[in-house]
Amino acid sequence: MKGRKINPKRFEIGQLKIILLILPLVIFMGMPIIFILNHAFKPMEELFAFPPTFFVKNATLENFSKLIKFSDSSGIPLSRYLFNSLIVTAVTVGLALLLTTMSAFALAKIKFKGRNMLAKINQVAIMFVSTAVLIPRYLVICKLGLIDNLLAHILPLVAMPVALFLVKQFVEQVPDSLLEAAYMDGATDLDIYLKVIMPMIRPAVATAAILVFQQVWTNMETSSYFFSDDSMKTLTFYMNTLVNANNTVAGQGMAAAASLIMFLPNLILFIILQNKVMNTMANSGIK
Amino acid sequence: MEAQANTAQTAAMPAKKRRKNKISRRENNWRGWLFIGPYALIFSVFILVPVVLAVILSFTNFNAIQFPKFVGFLNYITILTNDAEFMKYVLPNTIIYAVVVGIGGYILSFILAWALCNLTKPVRTVFALILYSPSMTTGVAMTVLWKVIFSGDQAGLLNSWLMELGVITEPILWLTDARYLLPIVIIIGLWSSMGIGFLSMIAGILNTDASLYEAASIDGITNRFQEMIYITIPQMKPQMLFAAVMAIVGAFQNGMISSMLVGNPSPGYASQLLVNHIEDYGFLRYEMGYAAAISVVLLLIVQLFSKGANALLTEKDPYGKAKSKPVKVQTEGKVIK
Repeated sequence: MKGRKINPKRFEIGQLKIILLILPLVIFMGMPIIFILNHAFKPMEELFAFPPTFFVKNATLENFSKLIKFSDSSGIPLSRYLFNSLIVTAVTVGLALLLTTMSAFALAKIKFKGRNMLAKINQVAIMFVSTAVLIPRYLVICKLGLIDNLLAHILPLVAMPVALFLVKQFVEQVPDSLLEAAYMDGATDLDIYLKVIMPMIRPAVATAAILVFQQVWTNMETSSYFFSDDSMKTLTFYMNTLVNANNTVAGQGMAAAASLIMFLPNLILFIILQNKVMNTMANSGIK
Repeated sequence: MEAQANTAQTAAMPAKKRRKNKISRRENNWRGWLFIGPYALIFSVFILVPVVLAVILSFTNFNAIQFPKFVGFLNYITILTNDAEFMKYVLPNTIIYAVVVGIGGYILSFILAWALCNLTKPVRTVFALILYSPSMTTGVAMTVLWKVIFSGDQAGLLNSWLMELGVITEPILWLTDARYLLPIVIIIGLWSSMGIGFLSMIAGILNTDASLYEAASIDGITNRFQEMIYITIPQMKPQMLFAAVMAIVGAFQNGMISSMLVGNPSPGYASQLLVNHIEDYGFLRYEMGYAAAISVVLLLIVQLFSKGANALLTEKDPYGKAKSKPVKVQTEGKVIK
């Protein structure tokens, strides 16, 4: 029978053809990820084995303990960088979600002067390439006196046009009749935002959280350019200097452990929230 | 006019309880601004102002110490006529990279998205996760990973495999040989190009109208390829456009791969892209006015490409218009129409 083939419910022989066709690509894309997972647990002799091995044989946590020991011997302990990173990430994601959902509510459901213009500006800003304006951003941070202030990690990454765009598209799907009924019952804007909008847009909030998290967690620019005080820099930055500075034998193992530490949170968060992300992406179209 | 009259009325009758049942009330502009204000402020300070500053700086000579000196269009003229590296390496590299990773990655992500949508949900979810995960592998994880794979001695993963297969007899210095740098950066770029644009396309395809596929098969559409061209794509143009914008931004932003892998400037400028050139002038040579001019050029190029994608994907299409339907969203058990 011909007809709908998109999103089939059951497995059919015809699908095998497609699986076989894309399997090489899936393997090519997935292999490096498997490699990161394996590499971090390799003991010294496997890291430098000849011929080099892909999979780990005798998994060990040696690299991780070395990483911790090494940072203890340097001036600033690992825990300090970890603390910076956790604070910065938590505050940025929290603040970004708050501001993004509030503006999404305003752009989608409140009619006010300048709304269309703001939506348009934000849509253009999706194409904004942040590395292109690193220098002016640096000047702004200087003028605001935020050099070596934790806020310099946070504020530049709070406004994320893509996240606002996706959340706004999702809020637009909330039926007006529902909001009107709530207004009739005497609800204020704040009530509507907290009790009607927020519970209904959880998938979009999850998606925005992932996007902001990925940006903050892996961000190195703020540490490199807005901070001279090493104790205020983030884990990402420390891991990066570690990887670049230690081309020694011991450094390789630490680098492998560092790469896993930086990658894993992204992966876990996405696996947990992937259903919600897909749900949000259904409304991602630009019309 | 009507809005003004309305305002006057409400002002004249303060005792009368304001109508609360209308979402759209013009007289309450502040309500909207109250909610969008904080975001707008941060957006202005860290996105809008820097862009404006970049434009202003691009007309000056600025070394980060002395006050900027106005030089007119000199920086732009220099880019076009006097920057040998830019014309010889940076521009061609950027174009090649953008075409292969931007357009190639875009087509690849569409084909993969479409293939995944022809599979059952469990298989699709696993495959989508695998394909998406490289786009999360930025910074340190990416550097370590590819440095090990492309390591120049015989203990490097790729060298060892190729020697075992007998393709090469001597290890290749992947990351110092100018011939291989751009292709390597392109491969890594492609590898990490299945980002949220890719997810958007999957969602777009999954949301296409089921009845149309049946109708099409009656109308004589026989294979999946025809189905894709005539049914699927016209229905998911908004998602295609979103993905296109993401692909364009990614293609120009991702130049950092090269800096992280081989440093800046890359050996022989072999994998120097626009973003690296900005970094080179701005933070290594401290010619910030000139760097700003390159930034402006970069932002303009991205805008231009996006405009092109826009024109291509929002053409007046009678089929697309007629067939568009509200997307149903499942949220926490409630159905939003």
